[in-house]
Amino acid sequence: MSTPEKKAGLAPDEDQTHTQETVLDSGIRIKKLYTPQDIAHLSYEKDIGDPGKFPYVRGIYPEMYWKKPWTRRLYAGYGNATETNRRFKFLLENGQSGLSAALDLPTQIGLDSDDPLAAADVGRVGVAIDTLKDMEEIFAGIDLGKVSTSFTINATAAILLAMYVAVGEKQGVPSKNLRGTVQNDILKEYIARGQYVFPPKPSTRIVGDIIEYCIHNIPRFNSISVAGSHMHENGATSVQQVAYTFCDALAYIDEVVRRGYHIDQFAQNISFLFCSRQNMFEDICTYRAARKRWAHLMKDRLQAKDPKSYTLKFAAGGGGLWMTKRQPLNNIGRAMIVALASALGGAQSVLLAAYDEPFAIPTEDSARISLNLQNILVHEAGITDTIDPLAGSYFVESLTDEIDRKIVETMEWVEKNGGILSLIEKGDIQRQLARQAMAEEMRVQKGESVLVGVNRFVAEGEKGEEDMVFHEPDPMTRQHQVERLAKVKKERDPRKVESALDGLKKAAVEGTNLMPPLIQAVKTYATLAEMVKVFKDVWGTYSAPSGI
Amino acid sequence: MEASPRIRVLISKVGLDGHDRGAKLVSMALRNAGMEVIYTGLRNTPDMVAQAVLQEGVDVVGISSLAGAHIATARLVTEALKKRGVGDVLIIMGGIIPKRDFEALNQIGVKGIFSVHASFDDIIDFIRKNVPQAQGVST
Repeated sequence: MSTPEKKAGLAPDEDQTHTQETVLDSGIRIKKLYTPQDIAHLSYEKDIGDPGKFPYVRGIYPEMYWKKPWTRRLYAGYGNATETNRRFKFLLENGQSGLSAALDLPTQIGLDSDDPLAAADVGRVGVAIDTLKDMEEIFAGIDLGKVSTSFTINATAAILLAMYVAVGEKQGVPSKNLRGTVQNDILKEYIARGQYVFPPKPSTRIVGDIIEYCIHNIPRFNSISVAGSHMHENGATSVQQVAYTFCDALAYIDEVVRRGYHIDQFAQNISFLFCSRQNMFEDICTYRAARKRWAHLMKDRLQAKDPKSYTLKFAAGGGGLWMTKRQPLNNIGRAMIVALASALGGAQSVLLAAYDEPFAIPTEDSARISLNLQNILVHEAGITDTIDPLAGSYFVESLTDEIDRKIVETMEWVEKNGGILSLIEKGDIQRQLARQAMAEEMRVQKGESVLVGVNRFVAEGEKGEEDMVFHEPDPMTRQHQVERLAKVKKERDPRKVESALDGLKKAAVEGTNLMPPLIQAVKTYATLAEMVKVFKDVWGTYSAPSGI
Repeated sequence: MEASPRIRVLISKVGLDGHDRGAKLVSMALRNAGMEVIYTGLRNTPDMVAQAVLQEGVDVVGISSLAGAHIATARLVTEALKKRGVGDVLIIMGGIIPKRDFEALNQIGVKGIFSVHASFDDIIDFIRKNVPQAQGVST
């Protein structure tokens, strides 16, 4: 059958057979066949190791999922605090083992809901938080001593963490029992995510303040989750995703070590966030290689002595960029591949995009599907019956080794070219990612990369988005939030607020840790923007080069 | 006959949304197609966009929106343009925009809407066919 819409020389429903070897974006060539020769140079003891043993290729714990499956998370956070509280309770009742809070964009860059600049974004991609009152409401009836909460927050992470601590105190839960994660990774915001406020240097100091405060006061909290996923979705290869993320992590570690701490005091509070794109084995091997490289960096370079410091804990998942508007139910299949790659790669927690990602933020139904895909893997598919089932595969071990070498090469390139901070400030990383994203997109548009339902296997009259039900934001969200904020402002003691903000300014200027004065300030119901303004007055704001 | 001037395009992110992969890709694709493209970067207000349109004398404004604020953004940008008396500019949008919102956007004055994986060729053709100055050029 011939068709005028022929792409890449193939009819839309014809299979593509291999005429040559596949080359990954990172330049690694996938061979047609792997044999024992491909792993003959690897020593099991030295290069792979048992699960829980250096260099941790097979997983960071001896028993991995056999003992405890990965934490199944879902990105959730809607409109206002009350709605988010209801959603969190629903997820906890439905078997989710950890909460993940999405914050709206104004909260992420330190604007209050009544700011005109925030007008269109209040409560849109997450919950709006202006004062401690909102945080209290989100966790009303949820024991902070029993849940683990992950906050996707960076520029304003210190303020949100201060609020979480204050809510814990009010519930009678001491800080030392709080569990969760703040993303707190500002450098990737300049590269790929855009939610930054201050210049890189003071921003890196805030990151350091959070890590330092957690060492002493919130030892069970992951004070930083260094994220590669946003870069990966913006055009970074799998190798670059890991290499640049490790460079960022080393910059933060330097900031804390510089203050006189030993890496073993906080290595365990550093976690990572990676995402999967499409190629399942590339993702699996990337995660295995990342564990090995991190173990070596911690041991050889940073002289960590505690074996727990060697272990790379990471969240994985994503899949949003892979999802298509055409034939949207196919996205459920894509999400399952992402879940499988994350699980076979040994992730500690997994957060999957929902199939309606190309249209809107998830509905309760689409969210439940993404959660249950993971439950199917854990409870039905036998994925957890044996630890690291792919170990020893000629292909998997060989590719893991090759990716590891490329990660080393890429990190060396960064260091030779002035370090990650300088490359970001010059826009070099952004430029590189934009070029690669363009090349990727062109391959899809030319039909060289197959996207089922988009450039291949397209059926006439197929069902599109017409019948889909999307999450409908409440049009009153902003008004309610503004009223709520006005009420809090009216009821608080302005003298206490002012004096707390003075204390915060003093710390910002003098360079002492910002967390104690922030905790003081949030307790007076100072608003997010009031606290951020103190910092803006001291440090100014910043605009990162776009790279194009 | 004088060669027609290059089409000038302003691509912008309005509001707080940081997803800029698409905005950058479209900027590069239009540049590759011979258009002059000014990319404003992140976090512009509708007023900043209108001001830039006036200053740069662009023919086309492309707004990228992936965080659900497309309708409010479109309304505010068109109002800001009107306030400055800019009438002859082609407004297009791209990003994560459900089809059910297309009509509302059209009514506000957005002429072209391009979702994820829209082909660059379609965007380029649409601009060439609908750019205001093209109407006066005899073919």
